[in-house]
Parts: sequence; C-alpha cells; structure tokens
Amino acid sequence: MTDHAATDPGTQSQGLKSLVADWSTDQEAFKRVHWGKAMMWIFLLSDTFIFSCFLTSYMTVRSSTTLPWPDTSEVFALTIAGHKIPMILIAIMTFVLISSSGTMALAVNYGYRRDRRTTALLMGATALFGVTFVSMQAFEWTKLILEGVRPWGNPWGAPQFGSCFFMITGFHGMHVSIGVIYLTTIAIKVFRGDFERKGNYEVVEIAGLYWHFVDLVWVFIFAFFYLW
Amino acid sequence: MEHEAVHPGVQPVLAPPSPDTKHGQQHPLGIYFVIWALLFVLSTFSFLVDYFRFEGFQRWALIVIFMWLKAGLIVAIFMHMRWERLALKYAILIPPLLLAVLVALMSIESNYTYWTRVIFFGVLGGPPG
Repeated sequence: MTDHAATDPGTQSQGLKSLVADWSTDQEAFKRVHWGKAMMWIFLLSDTFIFSCFLTSYMTVRSSTTLPWPDTSEVFALTIAGHKIPMILIAIMTFVLISSSGTMALAVNYGYRRDRRTTALLMGATALFGVTFVSMQAFEWTKLILEGVRPWGNPWGAPQFGSCFFMITGFHGMHVSIGVIYLTTIAIKVFRGDFERKGNYEVVEIAGLYWHFVDLVWVFIFAFFYLW
Repeated sequence: MEHEAVHPGVQPVLAPPSPDTKHGQQHPLGIYFVIWALLFVLSTFSFLVDYFRFEGFQRWALIVIFMWLKAGLIVAIFMHMRWERLALKYAILIPPLLLAVLVALMSIESNYTYWTRVIFFGVLGGPPG
C-alpha cells in the first residue's frame, strides 16, 4: 500500500517517520486531512464494530446449533422463466450495489474537477441504485415472510436463521436507506452550488466514504451470510 | 482539472481553500472503471462458487479470497485509503484486527455450547430447552 505513494505529493505518507510525527504533534493527528473526513472514517470504524458484532453473533449461533442450517442457495433461489436459479436475486443486488459504488467514485472525481452538474447527476444515479437495492431487499423480505420465516423460526431448520437474517440485512438496508437520503441532500447542495464559494468539494468525498462503506459491508454479508 | 483553469477566480472569494483541495484525491478516471470491472468479475466468481456447488474447504477458501480481494479494492481505491497518510491508515485499519480476538473467543464458546447441546439434548436435538 505505501509503495504507491509517489502519485500524490500533497497528502502523501512519508513512511513511519510521518506516522510518529503525526501522532506526536499537538492539535491534529492527521495533517492535511479534512476534519470531516477523519471523523467520517472514525464513525465508519465504529460502524465496522457494530456490523462485526452482528456477524460474529451469527457465526456463534450458527456453529452452536445442532439443527441443520437452511440452505441459503435454495432459500434465495428465484424461478425465472421456468428455471430455478440459485441466489440470483442476491447476485443482482450485489451488482447493483457495486455499480452504485462505481458511480459514487466517479462523482467524487467530478466534484474535485468542480463539474457541479456531472457530480450531482452521478450522485443522483448512485442514490437511484440505492433505492433499487432497498426495493429488491423489500421484495426479498416479503417473499421470505410469506414463506414463513420469522425471527423465532422457519420451515427449513435452525430457528436462528430468521433472527440473523432480519437483523443483519435489516441493519444494512437501514444504512442504505440513510445513505440515499444523505446522498440526495448533498447532491442537491452540489447542484445549487452551495460549495462553490469555498471551492471545497471534500463533502462529496466524505459522503462517498459512507456510501462505499455500505458496499463494503455488503461484501462481507454476501460472503458470510448468503454464500457460506 | 481543466475546470480549475476555466474558473480561476472562484476559489479564493470567501475563504482560502484548504490545502487538501488543490491536490486532494484527484486520480485519473480510468482506475475507477478498472476497479468497477474487477469488482464485477470477483462478484461473478463468488456467485459461480455457489452456482457450481463447491463444497467444504474449497467453498469457503474461494469465498473468503474473493471477499478480501473485493474489500481490499473498495477500501484502497474507492475509499482512497491507498493515498491517505500513514497515520490515518493505521488509525483505521489496525483496530479492526482486534475483532479476530472476539471471533476466536466466540468460536470457542459456540463449540462448547454445541457439544453441551449434543450431550444433553441428543445429536438431533430439537429446540434447546
């Protein structure tokens, strides 16, 4: 990671010496890092611990139950045009979320170019992908609830499946929903030109950090909950 | 970048720009498209692991490898961690390692619970309690 430091002399890390220097100074530890960005990172770190607690509890109940765990491949299969495809909805949701991360990364870049229109449009696209994701999740929840999945039981095996499913995906879905509101707000402000006076588009990057984090959490949920 | 040349007067009207803005996280667009494509490919691979029903060690090894590659790409490039200061990198990336302790403890605990259930409720169990 540190080897590629040469591209950007402005915010570059200069090895361990810079680390010691940063941490031993007064007032600010992260030199030339926007305070909002540092704070967002620290918030995301705390959120990492929350999601890790959920995933670790899921691991604990799953590996301590004597009943068979429902086969997620079957549970999340959809029948499309007469073919039963395992996990297809979750795969599409994954692609939607990755695409939203892609448009967000581009939005951050256009923000720094101070291209307000493109930035706002790309952020809008990101929010739309987010809405699509949450809608698909609502569909998935409805399907499972109709099939009899409850936090205390389900027709296929270990009763803990339902509580893990609703807790983990619900909390993640809530993050996506909040992200959609957050991004829409920032997109409108960018479009109006609120940040033009200071010429500082770091806000877009900070919002982007939150959004990428939501995608990052999904990577872990997808691997541990859906695929495992 | 061209836009900075187009509006040279806009920047310093009210407040001086923060030192970060000028050479902030500005990278060529191409890298984002490459990462975007890579994430698609890796997700497809994880999906195929399920589709072709890999089992056992193979299954979770592949899932975890693809997972970490995806997570790494998102954090390093999309979240720009690769270009951040070392102090920030360490402050954010080291603490989550502590979670390994939690995972280890809970896996010991769940193993104990599992065997307790097997011994007291029988292997096929039924709802505990």
